[in-house]
Amino acid sequence: MKQFIAFIKKEFYHIFRDTWTMVILLILPIVMLILFGYALSTEVKNTAVAVYDPSKDAATQRIISLLEMSEYFSIHDVLESPQQIEEVFQEGIVSLVVVFSEDFYDNMLHTGDAGVQLIVDGTDPNTGVSISNYASAIIADYQKDITGLSTIPYQIVVTPRFLYNPEMESSYNFVPGVMGMIIMLVCAMMTSISIAKEKETGTMEILLVSPMKPLLIILSKVVPYFFLSIINLMTILLMAVFVFGVPIAGSFGALLFISLLYIFVSLAIGLLISSIAGSQIVALLISGMALMMPVMYLSGMMFPVENMPVFLQGISQIIPAKWYITAVKNIMIKGLGFTAIIKETAVLSLMAVFLITVSLKKFKIRLE
Amino acid sequence: MIKYLIEKEFRQLLRNQFLPRLIIMFPLMVLLFLPLAANFEIKNINITVMDNDHSSYSKDLIQKIISSGYFKLTEVSSDYKSAIISIESDKSDLILEIPQNFEKNLIKDKTADLMVSVNAVNGTKGAFGSSYLSSIIMDFSSDIRTRLGLIGSRNNAPFFQVIPQFRFNPHLRYPVFMVPALMVMLLLMICGFLPALNIVGEKEKGTMEQINVTPVRKSTLILSKLIPFWIIGFIVLTISFAVAWIFYDLVPAGNILIIYLYAFIFILGISGFGLVVSNYANTMQQAMFMMFFFVITYIFMSGLYTPVNSMPDWAQFLSIFVPLKYMIEVLRMVYLKGSGIQDLISQLVALLGFAAFFNIWAVLSYRKIS
Repeated sequence: MKQFIAFIKKEFYHIFRDTWTMVILLILPIVMLILFGYALSTEVKNTAVAVYDPSKDAATQRIISLLEMSEYFSIHDVLESPQQIEEVFQEGIVSLVVVFSEDFYDNMLHTGDAGVQLIVDGTDPNTGVSISNYASAIIADYQKDITGLSTIPYQIVVTPRFLYNPEMESSYNFVPGVMGMIIMLVCAMMTSISIAKEKETGTMEILLVSPMKPLLIILSKVVPYFFLSIINLMTILLMAVFVFGVPIAGSFGALLFISLLYIFVSLAIGLLISSIAGSQIVALLISGMALMMPVMYLSGMMFPVENMPVFLQGISQIIPAKWYITAVKNIMIKGLGFTAIIKETAVLSLMAVFLITVSLKKFKIRLE
Repeated sequence: MIKYLIEKEFRQLLRNQFLPRLIIMFPLMVLLFLPLAANFEIKNINITVMDNDHSSYSKDLIQKIISSGYFKLTEVSSDYKSAIISIESDKSDLILEIPQNFEKNLIKDKTADLMVSVNAVNGTKGAFGSSYLSSIIMDFSSDIRTRLGLIGSRNNAPFFQVIPQFRFNPHLRYPVFMVPALMVMLLLMICGFLPALNIVGEKEKGTMEQINVTPVRKSTLILSKLIPFWIIGFIVLTISFAVAWIFYDLVPAGNILIIYLYAFIFILGISGFGLVVSNYANTMQQAMFMMFFFVITYIFMSGLYTPVNSMPDWAQFLSIFVPLKYMIEVLRMVYLKGSGIQDLISQLVALLGFAAFFNIWAVLSYRKIS
C-alpha cells in the first residue's frame, strides 16, 4: 500500500511539473462552456440586408424600416439597379436582398399584383431558411396591419407549454454535452498518452520489473486523472448553475453516481488505447480520430442524433458519451430520479466491464 | 543542405506505418461522414397525441399532422400521465392534447382550444416543433373555412405577394455548405497538428539537440520542417476536391487555382502556428493540449457551423484573429458563388498577415541552445 501511494505521488508530480498542461486542463471546461454558450448559437441575428426599391413609396419604405427595426436584420446597402444584386452577393457580406416590384403601393391597393422578392443566400441551408422565415413573418405582419383584422371564424387557439426549459435556454442542451466531452478528453486521452509515453521511453519496463504488481502500476497512473476529472466536473456544474442558470433539478446523488461510472468507462478506454498504441503519436491520433471526433459529432452534444442516417445512429449507440449525456439530461434538466437512468447505467456498466477486461488481457507485462 | 533535410523528413514520415495511411484516409472519413452527422436540420419529430374528443375533426387533424412528413406519431394515449412518461423517456418530443368537445366548440363557438406540451431541453428543436405544429393547425382551420365556402374573395383588401428564392444552393443541400468548409478543417488538423508533434517528438527523443549542434541555420531547419507539410497539405486538398466532385457532385463555381493560391498561404500560416506551439512545448502531451485548445477555439469561432454574424460582439471581435474564418470564407465563396480574387482581397491580406506573423515568431522563438 505504501508503495502504491508512492507511485501515485510520482504520477501527480509528473502532472504538476507540467504547468502548461495543468492550466489548460483546468480552464478547458470553462472555455468550452463559454464557446458553446455564446459563440455556437444557431440563432440568426444582425443579418446584412441589401434593398432594391424602384418604387420608393410609403409601403416599401415602411417594410424596409420594419426590417431595419427587427433584431434579425440590419440594412447594409441600397441598390440602384438589378445588376448590383449579383455583385453584392459576390462580396459575401449581404445574405438577403429584398426586391420590390415597381409602383408597389398603387398595385397593392388596386390591381393586387404587387410583389416582394426575398433573394436569400442559400449557402448555409439552415441560416437561409431562418432568414427567409423571419423576413416573411415581418412582412406578413405588415400585411395583417394593412388588411385590418376582421374576425375570422373557425379559429383554433394553440397554447404551447415548454416543459423543463420554459425560457428556451440553449445552455440546458449543451452543458450535459460539454460534461461528456471534457471527461472523455481528460480521462481517455491523457491516460493513454501518459502510458504510451512510459512505453516509448522504455521506463515502463523498468516499472514492470519493480516488485509492484503490474495492475497496481497501471492503477497508479489512472488515479490522478480520476481526480482531475472530478475537479473538472465540479467546475462545469458550478458554472452551469451560477453562470448559465441551469438548475440541477434531479437527485445530485444520481448525477454523481452516473458521472463516476462514466469516468470509469473513459479511463478504461484510455487503458485500451494505450495497450494498442506503441508510441505517443499513435495514441494521440487514435484518441483524436477514433474518440474525440465521434464523441463530438455522434454523441448528440451538438447535432441531434435522430436526424442522422440510420447507420450513424447505430454507431452512436456504442459511444459511451451518448448514454452519459442522455442520463445527465434526465437527471439534471428533467429532474428525474434513479429509475430514469437504469438503462444508461446498465449500458455503461457493461461497457466498463468489457473494456477493462479487454485492456487487461491485451496489456503485456513481459518484454517483446 | 535543405535537400537532405527534406529527404530525411520524408523518410521519417514514410517509415511510420500510421501517418501515410492517415493522410489518405482522414479526408475521406471527414468529408463522407461529417456532413451526414453535422447537421442542425430538424426532422422526424416524435409526437404523442391525446385525443379526448374522438370526433371526425380531431381524427382529420391527427391525419393532417402525420401526413405533413415532419411528425412521427409515437402513440395515441388517453391520459396525461402516460403521455408525460413518453416525453421523459425521450420516446416523444411533443404532446398534442385535444380536449373534449373540440369539434362541438369549433362548430358552435367558432373557436376551440388545443394544448401542446413540448420537450424544450433542446430549445431549438422544441421551438421548431411547436411552431411547425401551430402552422399545420392554422392550415387545418383554413381548410375548414375553405370547405364550408367561407373563404372570402379578396374584396379589394390591399394585397401583395412574397416570393422567397434561394441563391447559390437552390435545393438547400447541407453538404454543399459543409464540404468546402470541412476541407479547411482538414488542412488545419493535418498541417497544424503534425508539424507541432513532429518537432516536439524530436525534442523528447533528444534528436533535436543533435541537429542543433550541426551548422544548419535556424531558418533552413524550419523551412525543412515546413515544406513536407506543404506538399502533404496540397495532396490532402486535391483528394478533397476529388471526393467533393465524385460523391457530392460539387465543383467550384470559381477558379480552382484561386483555392490553391490561398491554401498555399493558409498552410504556411497554420504550420507556422504549429511550429510556435512546438517551440514552447517540451512534451508531446503539452503540445497536443495546446494545439487542441486552440484548434477547438478556432473551429467554433470560425463560422464553420454557425454564422459569425450571429455571435455576440465580443466573439465577433475575437473572430478577426481566427485564420480559419478567412479561409472558410474563401472556399465557400469560390465554390458556391464563383467569387474572384477581387472579391477576396481582405481575406488575402489577413492570411498573408497571419503567415508572416506566425513564421517570424516561430523563427524568433526557436532556440538552438535550451
